[in-house]
Amino acid sequence: MDVLIRNWDLIWHGFVETLALVSLSFICALALGTAVAILRVSPMPLARGLGTVYVEIVRNVPAVVVFFFTVFVLPQLGISLPYFTLALIALTVYYGSFFAEAVRSGFNAVPTGQIEAGRALGLRLSKIMTKVVLPQAFRNIIPPVINVFIAMAKVSAIAGAFGVGELFHSLNILVDREPQSVLMVLTIIALLYLVITVPAGYVASVVERKVAYAR
Amino acid sequence: MKTPKFYDEPGPRTQRVLLGWSFPIGALVAIAAAYVLFQLNAKGQLDPRNWSILLNADLAGLLLEGLINTLKVAAVSIALSIVFGVLLAVGRLSPNPWVTRFTAVWIEFFRGLPLLILIFFIYLGAPSVGLPVDTFWSLVIGITLYTSASLGDIIRAGVGALPKGQTEAAMAIGLPRTKILRLILVPQGVRIMSPSLISQLVILVKETSLGFIVGYTELLRNGRSAVEFLGSEYALPVYVAVAAIYLVINLTLSQIARYLDKEGSPVRKTVGKTKTLQPID
Repeated sequence: MDVLIRNWDLIWHGFVETLALVSLSFICALALGTAVAILRVSPMPLARGLGTVYVEIVRNVPAVVVFFFTVFVLPQLGISLPYFTLALIALTVYYGSFFAEAVRSGFNAVPTGQIEAGRALGLRLSKIMTKVVLPQAFRNIIPPVINVFIAMAKVSAIAGAFGVGELFHSLNILVDREPQSVLMVLTIIALLYLVITVPAGYVASVVERKVAYAR
Repeated sequence: MKTPKFYDEPGPRTQRVLLGWSFPIGALVAIAAAYVLFQLNAKGQLDPRNWSILLNADLAGLLLEGLINTLKVAAVSIALSIVFGVLLAVGRLSPNPWVTRFTAVWIEFFRGLPLLILIFFIYLGAPSVGLPVDTFWSLVIGITLYTSASLGDIIRAGVGALPKGQTEAAMAIGLPRTKILRLILVPQGVRIMSPSLISQLVILVKETSLGFIVGYTELLRNGRSAVEFLGSEYALPVYVAVAAIYLVINLTLSQIARYLDKEGSPVRKTVGKTKTLQPID
């Protein structure tokens, strides 16, 4: 237990950094994913193609490789950013594709009749989107979106290997500092991750049950 | 289900308008791409001499060795995960409340942890209790613990989607619980959920890249070693090659999955709906 007290600063800093990274990339990835989903259902074939290419490529490449490209290739383009921002970009690009799929499945769940009624009334795509589809789609996809949030919280650990001072990074430092209490250190860090993921999972199942009832 | 059309079929005038907009947008994308390529060229990244390194037999051999190691981890993990996944699903469905609760907690625990932490737990934790474990096995055991929990949850959801009448009928003719599970419930549950299951396995192949962080000589790690050995000007070609290999593997697996889904599953609409539990990672 003194391990916890002695290194509290490091552990707490890592935890806060993880929360910050995950929350920020969650918002950015959700925005990006919604934009890509709208692209994929728009009348312009070019937009549809771009969206599909983006999703297919990014979903089939491991997260570590996306991190690699962001951390090693972006600086080559003359952009030099702090590690946190690079990790933010990597997570946003990677999970933007998952959110694009989730939002698109939300579109599917909106009853077809509503969209056809919108077209019959002469509404344009932008109006159909904002007034009819998006409000309902977002309500439908809250459980999958929370699941993606949980996945993001877990993959954020990879950012620790790429220079971000978050929880996994703290783990590595701690293991060096306290070689005797390796198991204790591992357990503490694991519990802190569970503190993020388990309540989120609980919220997801509660929302899922409520939405199912409302139908 | 196909996404419904948000727009009326474009008539001739709209088609011209859309085509008109395609040009500026296409031009913007082309300019962005050109900027990226120009910057890369200015740093000498697009030098053909650098890219010809991909034809180097040694590099190809190194990447191939990495690829084989990746596939080794994937194959062993898939086999073990399926075995333990089915066991966990059966445990979750057990009539014994202690078994059910324990399995539920197990599944929640191993799904809530980052895979990277699991792998490190085994890599660092096992030696401290006296069990020597190398990078291969820490990777495999970590991935198996994580994936078997996911598969167990998916299979359980599949079995839950079956009509209760099947279990009741089986019990009525006197089948013991193990036979009910083995002959009736699990095969159908697996068949219903096969898209999700295969998605999870595709994700597993991607997760093997985490071996890079523990030092296992899989594809990405070998790529990185190659760059360190050859020099950083070869970074872009090598990593693009690595990414391309991953792309090809995963797209192939997804295509196989889609093919199996169409050909393998009997079209029986009466056996409950297919649940689209898309695993996300």
